[in-house]
Amino acid sequence: MYLGRVVGCVWSTIKNQSLTGLRMLVVQPLTPELKNTGKPLICTDSTGAGTGEVIYWVRGKEASFPFGTSEPPVDTTIVGIVDSVHIEQRAVPVLPIPRKAATSRKAKAKPC
Amino acid sequence: MILARVVGTVVATRKDPRLEGKKLLILKPISPEGKDESGYVVSVDTVSAGVGERVIAVAGSSARLAEGCKDTPVDNTIIGIVDEVHLD
Repeated sequence: MYLGRVVGCVWSTIKNQSLTGLRMLVVQPLTPELKNTGKPLICTDSTGAGTGEVIYWVRGKEASFPFGTSEPPVDTTIVGIVDSVHIEQRAVPVLPIPRKAATSRKAKAKPC
Repeated sequence: MILARVVGTVVATRKDPRLEGKKLLILKPISPEGKDESGYVVSVDTVSAGVGERVIAVAGSSARLAEGCKDTPVDNTIIGIVDEVHLD
């Protein structure tokens, strides 16, 4: 299992029948220190995760197990939403992605 | 699963009998922003994708779970055509 952050979502109309109703999200893999690592990938979602959330995902045939007997053809699935990560007695807080709009508001609030 | 763009087709006459009737396409992996990434992959098409379309491809043993690929020697399958990618 690997850590990742949801950064977007994918829409698809023409797809394998057993994928109907499954959400597909763009996930950026993370290190335990929550830094970006590797290329973004597409994961199906079995947890209801949203954009900006830190999640953990599985790779391989096991990715189809959360969906029961329908066995959709997926190789990466989000199986949990992370509350916090502890590494050698240090706690890494799981923070949402700073929004662009929020940063610009902050910049405006600063006195010249 | 990866995002990819269909860039070509593969024709093979001598092949495993279980691959007969399967359409083989060449995929170029792309980033969510649409930029090309390194490498190419040959994939079995189960959704009637065409050249130039953005698709979702599944790799590994899960590729055999796609429709019509049960018990076939396949490790990469196209399972969906992408309408839109939304990045926040």
